Amino acid sequence: MSHAYGPLPRKEDPRFLKGQGTFIDDVALPGMLHGAILRSPLAHARIVSVDATAARAHPMVVAVLTGADLAERGLAWMPTLFGDVQSVLATDKVRFQGQEVAFVVATDRYAARDALELIAVDYEPLPPLMDALTALEPGAPAVREDRPGGNRVFDWSAGDKEAADAAFAAADVVVECDMLYPRSHPAPLETCGAIAEYEATSGRLTLWSTSQAPHAHRTMYATVTGLPEHKIRIVSPDLGGGFGAKVPLYPGYVCAIAAAMETGRPVKWVEDRSESLMSTAFARDYHMHGEIAATADGEILGLRARVLADHGAFNAAAQPSKFPAGFFHIFTGSYQVQAAYCEVTGVFTNKAPGGVAYSCSFRVTEAVYLVERLTDMLARKLGMDPAELRMRNLLRPEQFPYTSPTGWEYDSGEYPRALQLALDMAGYDKLRREQAERRARGEYMGIGLSFFTEAVGAGPRSKMDILGLGMADGADLRVHPTGKAVLSISVQSQGQGHETTFAQLVAHELGLSPDDVEVVHGDTDRTPYGLGTYGSRSTPVSGAAAVVVSRKVRERARLVAAAMLEVSADDLEWRDGKWRVRGDPDQALGVAEIAMAAHSSLELPAGIEGHLDASAVYNPPNLTFPFGAYICVSDVDPGTGEVKVRRFIAVDDCGVRINPMIVEGQVHRGLADGIGIALMQVISFDEIGNCLGGSFMDYLLPTALECPSPELGTTVTPSPHHPIGAKGVGESATVGSAPAVVNSVVDALAPFGVVHADMPLTPANVWLAIQGRPVRTDLSFS
Amino acid sequence: MKITVTVNGTDYTRVVEPRLLLIHFLRDELRLTGSHWGCDTSNCGACVIWLDETPVKSCTVLAVMADGRQVATVEGLARRRALDPVQEGFAACHGLQCGFCTPGMLMTARWLLDHNPDPTADEIREAISGQVCRCTGYENIVRSVLWAAKHDNAAEGEGDRHEPRLRAAPA
Repeated sequence: MSHAYGPLPRKEDPRFLKGQGTFIDDVALPGMLHGAILRSPLAHARIVSVDATAARAHPMVVAVLTGADLAERGLAWMPTLFGDVQSVLATDKVRFQGQEVAFVVATDRYAARDALELIAVDYEPLPPLMDALTALEPGAPAVREDRPGGNRVFDWSAGDKEAADAAFAAADVVVECDMLYPRSHPAPLETCGAIAEYEATSGRLTLWSTSQAPHAHRTMYATVTGLPEHKIRIVSPDLGGGFGAKVPLYPGYVCAIAAAMETGRPVKWVEDRSESLMSTAFARDYHMHGEIAATADGEILGLRARVLADHGAFNAAAQPSKFPAGFFHIFTGSYQVQAAYCEVTGVFTNKAPGGVAYSCSFRVTEAVYLVERLTDMLARKLGMDPAELRMRNLLRPEQFPYTSPTGWEYDSGEYPRALQLALDMAGYDKLRREQAERRARGEYMGIGLSFFTEAVGAGPRSKMDILGLGMADGADLRVHPTGKAVLSISVQSQGQGHETTFAQLVAHELGLSPDDVEVVHGDTDRTPYGLGTYGSRSTPVSGAAAVVVSRKVRERARLVAAAMLEVSADDLEWRDGKWRVRGDPDQALGVAEIAMAAHSSLELPAGIEGHLDASAVYNPPNLTFPFGAYICVSDVDPGTGEVKVRRFIAVDDCGVRINPMIVEGQVHRGLADGIGIALMQVISFDEIGNCLGGSFMDYLLPTALECPSPELGTTVTPSPHHPIGAKGVGESATVGSAPAVVNSVVDALAPFGVVHADMPLTPANVWLAIQGRPVRTDLSFS
Repeated sequence: MKITVTVNGTDYTRVVEPRLLLIHFLRDELRLTGSHWGCDTSNCGACVIWLDETPVKSCTVLAVMADGRQVATVEGLARRRALDPVQEGFAACHGLQCGFCTPGMLMTARWLLDHNPDPTADEIREAISGQVCRCTGYENIVRSVLWAAKHDNAAEGEGDRHEPRLRAAPA
């Protein structure tokens, strides 16, 4: 297709391979102090007093900030990305275990930790609300007295209730199920942190921070601190993963800023692993009741869902503001469904805030899980093969663009082709025969399918914004006289390889080598405004901006080339990386030659500015809708409940692939996520509010021993509205893989009569499911 | 306490608190920030370095325990400005994304290949099973180490492979 697209090795690799990356904790400034946060040991308690006298007397302590100190500065509370407020340092109550209570600043990181022990906090314990299902019952503990709705965050619905009810009334078969998508945590290997430096004379604040969205964060900090936005610079250095965890604002960042302003010295704060797991954005925690209606021969007629969404103590979900449940209402998935209706109620509990923070595409994960579990259950009830049921109901290529019953317009798709490819790669019929033979021998092998449709690349400004900020991204492109280019972008890599992929985009449009394109990102002083990297939006939005700005530069180059060749610009055509005279293609100029001339004394026609530099802002007309078909093969030991994932077949269609090597790496990651989330990762709680997933000893992550060698397949259905036909892919595999794993385990357990078991399917939970004893996986006490 | 630690062939003498972790000694005292801190509980392996001839999790070793001993970190892996085959393998096979676990993975991979020059994929998975990568799903790390094994063996023919790494002169 092009010399510039393809599996190019990454430009960013050499620095990481030599240990020369610059992650947040690698940054050290002269005179820098170290901050540490005192956190609440209780999930719910009134603060009677905070006495920091002894801590302030510690010889290495420079300052201690309490909630009362911040309240004097108007910084005790901060806005969340969802229009709620969140406590920076608690003033009235603590509302989850691990909540921020005080901030100590000392001359080294050990001393700061030592001094935390010297702060005396008198708590008056309150009954904690740990079970979302009881949050709206009379007499439930009140988490948020400051909110008019009590523990109710929101009620929201989508779809046509009457039409859905009619579809259910006409159905031959209805299957329903309660299912939990349990609370999880993205756990990037680098935790969150920041270094704040404030220059009082100039009034400039520089904040190095782990931010997936530096520009949006700058706007937020201007709001929080009252500092003018143009005096704030956010630098997001190399990020050690993010996956959504580095989208929200966290109290630690604000504390670092406040302490830098207080002490006049740079202040570093980096959270430890327990702090990260206990207090930064969690993901999921969706209690769902799903129903699916169908005819006796397997035509899906309707879907309904009722959801209780546990948002924790503050509504800090980072998502388009008009959608309180994110994109959950894409829950009709990949199927032709006549009617659908969903209701989502958000509730406050005494748990950490968050909700949309783990490669979830704003809750598409929960939606896909619901419909893919229900589809499998329907197949079981009808006695149909789950692949056959899916193939029968998948949207057909001629239905695109397709408007879903809940109002989404899917841009493009060839679903049956992707499913057939996955079935062929898996050797599906042979696997089913093997399964039958093994069952006859008393061996429990499962084959789980999932077919997902993603909705990524937020988003069209007519439909979505975050706190009033339209979800556009800018791009600036400079071409230096020697033909070397610098692209500045608003999004921020957390490992996705933007420095490589975006160079390929520009190189492709301008006929340059990717080596000749430098990509600048992660510094608000050096990059144009944009909303950042999450929701798989970098390629769909910022990537499109890079292409648009490259084409602007190309058009500017055309005018200069015309002057150089003394022909009309209309006589030039772009072919094989050069502007060529029509009919005389050997008369040709590349962008490098044109760039030198554009900066030279060449006389240009009136109205042509010279230079080739350009800017663009890209407002996406729609989301992109990547999709895929996954098949997981697992073996379950009924004696121990242990699940071993044997094979994972993943066919992904994310439109045109810029760098297939990077795309496949993204898919590998997501498949591992699915194994982790389905089998082991869970943040659960005990009855007094202790977080039971507060370290990597308890919050288990998949290792190389649990992850199989994946088998990947590709189909390409270009997006009709993206400039190069690309779609996002960063979250596809996380979205699609967990239901495939669960479907495989439940399939393996079918001989025991198991029709559903909630994640994580740990050996204990699987064993209990085999015994017919369903469990609440989110609580240790139900 | 006054300690002298030889890191990548260079002696460093410092006065440190007895409780100082080796990872913080390397990162904060010596400013060798290639090795990373990731979890506190010896689960993630972002901090893997070599202490004498053995990979260890340096968040679980006190700096004073390294007194008089040899430490090798990712910064010492490339020699004479040439990348080690494991480093080349990770680039060739897309064995890294965010790069945070990479230094620890490289140190374990190098140790594995020094002791088992022709490992199977399963042996590589076993070797890195005490380390966490959140980006790659491990597949491309396995491929990277296999690539390195192949190219290590090629280098062996040139008589280059068994030069002791820990005693190499600083670049």
